[in-house]
This record gives sequence, C-alpha cells and structure tokens, in this order.
Amino acid sequence: MRLNDSHKARLLFLALAAFLSAQYISASAGGELRWGGDSEGGEPYVFPSPRNPREIVGFEVDLAGLLGRELDRRAVFVQNQWDGLVAGLERGNYDIVLNGLEVTEDRRRRVNFSIPYYATYNQISVRAGTDSINSIADLKGRTVGVLQNTPAQRLLEGEPGTKVRAYPGQINAYDDLANGRLDAVVMDWPIAIYCHKHYPGLKFVGRPSDLVQYAAAVRKEDTQLLGQLNDALRKLIASGELRRIYEKWGIWNSETEKLFSGDGASQAALEDYQESATRRLTLRERLGQYISYLPVLLVQGAPMTLTISTLAMALAVGLGLVLALMNLYGPRPLAWMARAYIEVMRGTPLLIQLYLIFYGLPNAGIRLSPLLAAVAGLGLNYAAYEAENYRAGIQAIPRGQMEAALSLGMTRAQALRHIILPQSLRLVIPPVTNDFIALFKDSSIVSVITMVELTKVYGQLASSNYDYIGIGILTAGIYFLLGLPFIKLARWAENHFAFDKRVPAPARRRWLGVGAKPAMD
Amino acid sequence: MSAHISIENLCKSFNGAPVLRNVNLEVKASELIVIIGPSGCGKSTLLRCMNGLELFDSGKICMGSITLERHEGSKTGDLNSRLRSLREEVGMVFQSFNLFPHLTLIQNVTKAPVVVKGMDRKTAEEKAKELLDKVGLGDRIDYYPSQLSGGQQQRGAIARALMMSPRVMLYDEPTSALDPSLVNEVLQIMRKLDEDGLTQIVVTHEMRFARDAADRIIFLSEGEVVEDAGPERFFTSPKDPRAREFIRSYL
Repeated sequence: MRLNDSHKARLLFLALAAFLSAQYISASAGGELRWGGDSEGGEPYVFPSPRNPREIVGFEVDLAGLLGRELDRRAVFVQNQWDGLVAGLERGNYDIVLNGLEVTEDRRRRVNFSIPYYATYNQISVRAGTDSINSIADLKGRTVGVLQNTPAQRLLEGEPGTKVRAYPGQINAYDDLANGRLDAVVMDWPIAIYCHKHYPGLKFVGRPSDLVQYAAAVRKEDTQLLGQLNDALRKLIASGELRRIYEKWGIWNSETEKLFSGDGASQAALEDYQESATRRLTLRERLGQYISYLPVLLVQGAPMTLTISTLAMALAVGLGLVLALMNLYGPRPLAWMARAYIEVMRGTPLLIQLYLIFYGLPNAGIRLSPLLAAVAGLGLNYAAYEAENYRAGIQAIPRGQMEAALSLGMTRAQALRHIILPQSLRLVIPPVTNDFIALFKDSSIVSVITMVELTKVYGQLASSNYDYIGIGILTAGIYFLLGLPFIKLARWAENHFAFDKRVPAPARRRWLGVGAKPAMD
Repeated sequence: MSAHISIENLCKSFNGAPVLRNVNLEVKASELIVIIGPSGCGKSTLLRCMNGLELFDSGKICMGSITLERHEGSKTGDLNSRLRSLREEVGMVFQSFNLFPHLTLIQNVTKAPVVVKGMDRKTAEEKAKELLDKVGLGDRIDYYPSQLSGGQQQRGAIARALMMSPRVMLYDEPTSALDPSLVNEVLQIMRKLDEDGLTQIVVTHEMRFARDAADRIIFLSEGEVVEDAGPERFFTSPKDPRAREFIRSYL
C-alpha cells in the first residue's frame, strides 16, 4: 500500500516535508511513542481531518493512540514522505512506522515487523461499463494503474502482457481510470472503497485475492520495543478494541477477521520466517546483485530516457527556432506572443507544466499518452531556452552581413535563410548541447506522470533493495555514459561547421563533390 | 542604357539631428562621382539612402525607372518591394567588405543570383569565374574569406556586387580598412570598371584617386552639397571656403 495523494504538485512539497521532518529529528524521548507516517496519503489511513485540516485522523491514528496507551507512552505523529518511511526509521526520526506498510520480504531485510494489525487484498476497479475484466488474469493486454512500490505493482509486472503504470498517488490513478487512460486500477481494498466514493462511474470487480498485511515496523535493534508492540497488539485484538476501530472506519473485513483468529502455529511460522530474512548480504553477493541490476537499468530505463530526451530536444530545437524568428522579425503581435511564451515557459516550473499537460489537459478533452505528454512537456519547456540561444546566435552576426545580403537584392527571409542562420547555427551548437545534456537529466522528472525511465527504475530498485548509494552510483554512471556520444557529436559538428578553420579549402570542396577546378593551376 | 540618377531635396535626420539637408544631385550614365567631406558630413548616409539601407525623411530619389519619394511623416507602406527593385539596380561595396564567412569566394559570388534571380548554378558559376578572373581572383575561387587578404576580399566583394549586373555601383570607403599596400589593387579595379562605362559613386578619402579618376567631385559639409565640380577645378580653385580648408589639410 502506498499512500500519496499527489493530485497536486507533490514533489514541490518534498522540500517542505523534509524540512518539517527534520524538525522532529531528535533522540526518541522516553515518554513518547514517535510514529512515522505520511499525512499526504489518502483516507482512511492517516490524513488531515476534513473538518480541521490541522488535525490528523485515520484508523492508524486511532491505533497509534491505543498502542501509546498500552505502552504507557504518549503517541506523537511524525510526518515523513511515504517513500522514505523505512529510511526515516533507520535515521531515528521516529520509533515505529505505522502507515499501511505491507509486510514484504525485502523490507524485512531492513526492519523488524510486528505481528500484522490488518489484512486486506488487492481490489480491481474498472469503469462501470466494462464487462470483460473480472480477474487479474483478464488484465492481460490492458493498461493498469497501481501505486508505486506496492505489492500490486510487483504482482502485475510479473504478469506478461499487462501494461503497468505506477502512480505516486491513488487519486491520479483513479482519475485516469475515470477518464479512460487506464483500463483498470488495482489497489489495496481500503484505498479503493474510499476513493470510489469520489468516482461514481467506477465499480469493483473480481474476488478477493493476493492478501496483503500491514504491520508496524521497528528498527532491528529495538527488540524490546518489538516485543511490547506485539503484546499490545495481541491485547487490542483480544479485547476487540482494534476491531472496533476498523468497524468505525468501515474497513472491517473477513481477511482481518481471519488474521485475528489465526492459530498460533501460523504465527510461529511467520516469526520463524522473519528470523531467516534478517540475514545481511556479503560484499560479494551485493556486487553480484549490482551486476544483475545493470540489464534492468539498461533495458527498462535507458531506452525510454533516450527516446524522451531526443524527441523532446527535436521539438525544442524546431519550435525554438520558430519562436526566435517570430520574436526577432515577426510583426508586433507575433513578436509579442513569442516573447510572452518564452518568458512564461522558462519562468514557471517544468514540474507544474508536466502536471498541467498530463492531468489538466484531459479536462479539456486532450488526453495525451504518458510518452507524448513527457515529450510535449519537456519539448515545449526547452523550446523557450532554445529560442533564446538562437536569438543570441542571430544577434551575434555583424549587421553588415544582413546589409550585404539586402544590398544584393535578397529579401529579409532569404538573407536569414542563406546568410544569417547558417552562421548563427554554428554559434549556438555549444549552448544547445549544454541544454540537451540538461534535458537528458531533467527527463527523470517525467516519472511523476507515470513514465518509467532510468531514474524511475533506479528508484524502484533502490527502494525495494534499500540501497540508494550503490545503485545510485551505477545509474549516474549510465547517465554519464549515455550522454558522452552526444557531447562527441556536438564537438564534431562544431568543428565541421567551423568555416574560419577550414583548410585547405580546395580539397574540402572536392570532397563535398561540388566539382570545381583545383585552385592555383 | 542610361543610368540617370537624380536626387532631389533629400532630407534625413537621426533623432532630430539633421544629417542630410536638402541634398540635390544629378548623375549621368558612365560617370564616376567621388563624394568627399569631413567625417560626419553625411556622405555614407547619402550612399546608404541610394540603395535603401537607410530611409530618408523626405525628398525623392529617381534611378532609371524607379522612384522613391517621401514626404515629411509619410508611412513606409509598400516601400519594401520598391526598395528591392532599387537594390537590383544598385551594387554596394562596404568598407568592411562583408563577405559571407561561411561561404567560399565563388559561393559568395553565386549565392545572390541563384537565390534572388533563380539563375541556375552552372551559369552562375561560369559568370562568377569570369568576374573573378577580371578582378584577379581566378585562382582563389575556392578559398574562404578568412583565407584571403583584405584587398582580395574587397575585390571579391566588388565581383559579388557586379554579379547582379547593377547599373550603378556604390562604394562606401572601399579602401579605408585596407593596408596601404593593398589600396591600389582595389582602385585599379574601379578604374577598369570606369573604362567599361559603368556608373560609379565612390565615398573615399583617396585624394589621388579622386583627382585622377573622378569625372566630378561632390563635397559634402554638414549634410549639404557645398561643392560640385570637375576634379581640376575642385582641387585648384574651390569656391567654398570649407572645401578649400579640407583640401589644404590633405595636401
């Protein structure tokens, strides 16, 4: 389960969230039970109260209160980006994670889980008119939305033929299902029932499958706290108080009922499994792991990054030239429009532009695929920068060149086409190359509109392996190596068009096949 | 074909400061006119008005069948098309040569006829070679401007202008940017063109050239034509005291 309502420009809040959580970094006080969660997540987990946005509510808020009571410590909520909840726990930002964290094998390597406090399953949602999807198997060939880094994502990516789009927030996914960009959405059932209230045109299909369990996470060394938590949870389950919380939030289900009445044997098996999964990797195993990630990064991430960057740059370079010419030579209204475009596009955040194109335009009936939206967003944004590069290049050509061309009877357009632009284009190669490299790296931002490219693959690998450093260096290296050929190409083009260094001219002319008599004969 | 040029009551000012005051000038076919005067007297501006690189405020320029006429405050309107046809009649040579650095010499010369007149490349190249031979650059046709000396560049620029078969050639201080040893090779070309009967108007500080080659000398001072005479009379007995002063400072 992944709680993140990023209907708004979520990443913009990242810095703020980091700042806020930094406020909480301090040794965990004895009298407090500091628990981490992401209040940007959706209902019914942890979220700002609709009546009083400064108050945090949700079934996990209630649960934290009860746990605090049992442990005789005051429950204090600590905001943390959902992505980084485990990392925040390790850093000591809080004592436990209590935010729909699914019990998964890879997380066990980093933290200890309490006994599960809730069980649910992946719920398939489709539009009311869809009859052909009734199970996970029916999703073959369909485009399906999930939340990033959830068991549902991993499950569906394992299904051949299913196109999976991973979203940072559930609202985005259900939006896209409602507007037809997706064929189905698969999410934890509690998210689904709360979200469906906002989307009357959607319905549930399929039967409960693929159980997921939520448990509290604690640091490996906090074995005492783990024991206390497990005792407290067992007590709350036995007393029926936990069930009452779920009933209050309308999420009491048969899966959790089964979980709570489970026999001791299965619990013991779970604890036994927990033991075995805590082993640390040796250096050799780790290196082997990195090598096994290389193909994943190169095959899943790099081609998309290259595709997006080159297409977007082609758009930027073309549109930028049009804008520069409009700005410099167009009649007043056109020149003004070009100027306004340039100033607005480079004066507003690319991230917001991407959100507007991807999530905003469907309201106007324009529904771009993620790839098109990514190319359009990056290309339209960078066109503003390229236009200014061209303007600088054109204005750097001495006035006498235009005057000479005009005095030979050329029109302004002919003079531009044959005399001014060929000279300016060479001048703009270095700054345009610069921008291409920048765009190449900026392309990582399009993961916010569900594109899976190099940085996204990195994020997925890093978060599921809890290794941001090793895989990060690996990914950075791939970016660097992918960019090198373009830098070489630009350098070559620069020299190729360097008319002031061309010697010997006669040889060159013959090479170009223009066919001239050799000079000096 | 006559290249009768007449300029009537030409006025121009930059930001309120008058540069040309009521200039009148008649040029007959095949004449070589030299315009001289102290710097800032408006001689370059006059030349630039004659091929439309500068717009005048009021007055009239007739060149063959083309007439440019403006009155105080009139709009630029359909001027552009008439400026272009004016420029086809007039070739211009600049102080700083203004060859196109990204093109070889022969490309510099053939570009405009191919682009503007739609001349096919072969014909253009043949004609270009003839002209480049004429200006003594037949062995440099594949050189880039940066590989040529100043004098060679200016001769190339003259060939480039001649390529459009103008009826009039305008020269704006064609030798001022040249090393003194290279000045003559350019002036030599202009003398040769005069013998061929081309109408030429030259702004220059080369007094020897003015005296030897000019049919008439125009002396401009503060935007006014104050002397219009044959070289003999101009250099020996100028009427205007300003012209007299100018000549004395040069001799």
